[in-house]
Amino acid sequence: MNAKKLECVQEVPREQEDAPAVPSLDALSCPLPLPAGKTILLGHGSGGRLSGDLVRQLFLPAFRSPALARLDDQAIVRINGVRLAFTTDSFVVKPLFFPGGSIGSLAVHGTVNDLAMGGAQPLFLSVAFILEEGLPMETLARVIESMRRAAEEAGVEIVTGDTKVVEKGSGDGLFINTTGIGLVPEGVLLSANRARPGDFILASGTLGDHGIAILALREGLLFESSIESDSAALHTLVSAMLRAASAPSLPSQALRCLRDPTRGGLSSALNEIAASSGVGMELEEASIPIREEVRGACELLGLDPLYVANEGKLIAIAAPEAAQPVLAAMRAHPLGRNAQIIGRVTDAQPGLVTLRTTLGTSRIVDMLAGDQLPRIC
Amino acid sequence: MCLAIPGKILDSVQENGVRSGRVQFGGIVRNVCLDWVPEARVGDYVLVHVGFAISTVDAEEAGRTYEVLEQMGALADEGLVPEGSAEPS
Amino acid sequence: MKYLDEYRDARIARALAAKIARFVTRPWVLMEICGGQTHTLMRYGIASLLPPEIELVHGPGCPVCVTPLEMVDKAIALASRPDVTLVSYGDMLRVPGSATDLWHAKAAGGDVRVVYSPLDALEIARREPARQVVFFAIGFETTAPPHAMAVCQAHREGLANFALLVSHVLVPPAMRALLLSPRNRVQGLIAPGHVCTVTGVRDYEALCTEFHMPIVVGGFEPVDLLEAIELLVTQLERGRAAVEIQYSRSVRETGNLSAQTLVRDVFEICDRKWRGIGSIPQSGLRLREKYAAHDAERLFALEEISAPEPPECIAAEVLQGWKKPPDCSAFGLGCTPENPMGAPMVSSEGACAAYYRYQRPRSLNSAPLGAAAGKG
Repeated sequence: MNAKKLECVQEVPREQEDAPAVPSLDALSCPLPLPAGKTILLGHGSGGRLSGDLVRQLFLPAFRSPALARLDDQAIVRINGVRLAFTTDSFVVKPLFFPGGSIGSLAVHGTVNDLAMGGAQPLFLSVAFILEEGLPMETLARVIESMRRAAEEAGVEIVTGDTKVVEKGSGDGLFINTTGIGLVPEGVLLSANRARPGDFILASGTLGDHGIAILALREGLLFESSIESDSAALHTLVSAMLRAASAPSLPSQALRCLRDPTRGGLSSALNEIAASSGVGMELEEASIPIREEVRGACELLGLDPLYVANEGKLIAIAAPEAAQPVLAAMRAHPLGRNAQIIGRVTDAQPGLVTLRTTLGTSRIVDMLAGDQLPRIC
Repeated sequence: MCLAIPGKILDSVQENGVRSGRVQFGGIVRNVCLDWVPEARVGDYVLVHVGFAISTVDAEEAGRTYEVLEQMGALADEGLVPEGSAEPS
Repeated sequence: MKYLDEYRDARIARALAAKIARFVTRPWVLMEICGGQTHTLMRYGIASLLPPEIELVHGPGCPVCVTPLEMVDKAIALASRPDVTLVSYGDMLRVPGSATDLWHAKAAGGDVRVVYSPLDALEIARREPARQVVFFAIGFETTAPPHAMAVCQAHREGLANFALLVSHVLVPPAMRALLLSPRNRVQGLIAPGHVCTVTGVRDYEALCTEFHMPIVVGGFEPVDLLEAIELLVTQLERGRAAVEIQYSRSVRETGNLSAQTLVRDVFEICDRKWRGIGSIPQSGLRLREKYAAHDAERLFALEEISAPEPPECIAAEVLQGWKKPPDCSAFGLGCTPENPMGAPMVSSEGACAAYYRYQRPRSLNSAPLGAAAGKG
């Protein structure tokens, strides 16, 4: 095994600090004691800074695994010379059914995508249900059917599972956990710590569709053309991108990193990569593709689309020479028709993601603490 | 404070003594209370705050004032300096 | 989006900025009152387009910021009651009370729900008659008519399980108190465009006369604010002091009369305590006696919790424009959006949060992260 392959197994865990280091409130004798950290908050699940804190402060020290410490969407481990990608995800979305999918198809796509972001060919899924007593059987049947179809289309097999039932009132009807495994070809090295100054940042399509589709149901927003969740399996798009990036004329491993910007949106994904790689990023507001309907909903509710969840999109960091070929490959694929270059990786202010506005001025794209909330102000 | 955005009235109904209607904001549509903009007609734009129309956008005024702004922008583009400053309205 | 995109035009924005730069001859301190305007200034980095002579300070136009500590505590107390559903705008959820906030109250089991419109809260009350629904009615004059409408409808329908916890504040009395202060540095005001859409400009004419201060009623998009600044600078340079309406596509001199009538029917003026500033006479609204059945303050025996503000937090000085967020020793260090010391750091419209999120000094992020080792 050469040194590069060893890296996959035993990457030395580095500090996954994101900036800045915050002195504790006690040290400043702040007389306003917020009980931060005493209980779990909804924000801990939102994919933003709080989620990151939970992982770094609780899970990493306890589980102490180099693979885990890389904090990619999947873990890549080596067993008997074979590179296996391994991931798990839980789905707690409400409502259970929405335009463009259900909690079931979301579960399949989400796990397939986590594997795909590591360059893996997704193969097998497990599925575990936590059902609330009283859930209509018909609802469960619809969810299963949705999963079956999604798995079939994605070419993955659901091979094992589990079911638990909790008392009425303890759950939100239905929770799903999926775990997936896949195989990563040799030479494919995608990780959040590989972005370098000069690299290009690409988005595979319009941002914010999923989150707004869900929110629309809750807010009674109607769409002129129906806005659907973009939930989709991205592994064939990833394959096409890897093929394009491995052209002989291009430097090796020209595709540095892939992320699907789910909870926390584009902002969380990029802030994580920036922190992990120790680089800055500058985005071009005018280049970020957003559907009119999504923009309208965001304007109305006072939301920033950069923080809204996506379930069928990916962000790619590519070496400068590879940007155009990869972009072309994306646009040639049905799931990448609206792909755009949205920014560049810089060496200014490591860990900071900034945006050049449509006015030509600059602002920070900050990591959110918890969920983004609609505002009236 | 007061996030209010402009939307186009698509239709309007009177129900239980209250006027409301569907208003379109760049591709999404929401039900809005139109009780305080009795002069607003279908096709007009209104400013909506927390689900209520608080004013009708004065299209004529908007057009007039925007034209001045556009000219300013065009002149600046061509590197020409506008004379003095615009008369305060 | 019509009437929105045009006012974000880069070319026009830059032309206005250039015009301001050509016309200005000396330093001027301007204040925009509304949190929504602060948000736009920060989000679009407008300050970087302006000549150095223009100093923008941010006023107390964030109802979240000025909602008294006691009121937040009352909302939390209500949320903690098993029979109460506390409904709120998203803005209020993370504003710190004296011990906790609504978000944590929700985590602790309180029935706290977020809505976009007060009519959604009304709908909750209709659908869940067993729940006592209390709507946290905060805001300035813009939001008073919607709240009034909700109360009227509840009253008409005999909806006994719907009440408002009212914390409304009025802009002109607060501005007057601010301008009367010997520490005031503000020379020109950008008045809040949506407040004035409802109220009209009469109170601002009074302020203008009393203080010989130019006031421009501005909108919320970059071009609106730049045009408002341009009009202010023109007046200041010429020694004029008048009220002008930049946001004329929405604001009429008399405001919205039917909305005003409804507010007068439902609310009456009272003294109000402003967080960080103190009590300002005749600066708030409360429900009239005839709507007592929908007044949470009257319905629930809510303890008058008196809580002192933490001394570290300089929100008061920020809200009145005497200091800027980066002047605060805790800014970005002990006080961040995740660990806020005062409301302006939590509210998305608060000056501190806006500064921190969009424009904080880049030095706060200077620690190199993720050393280069191991990069493939």
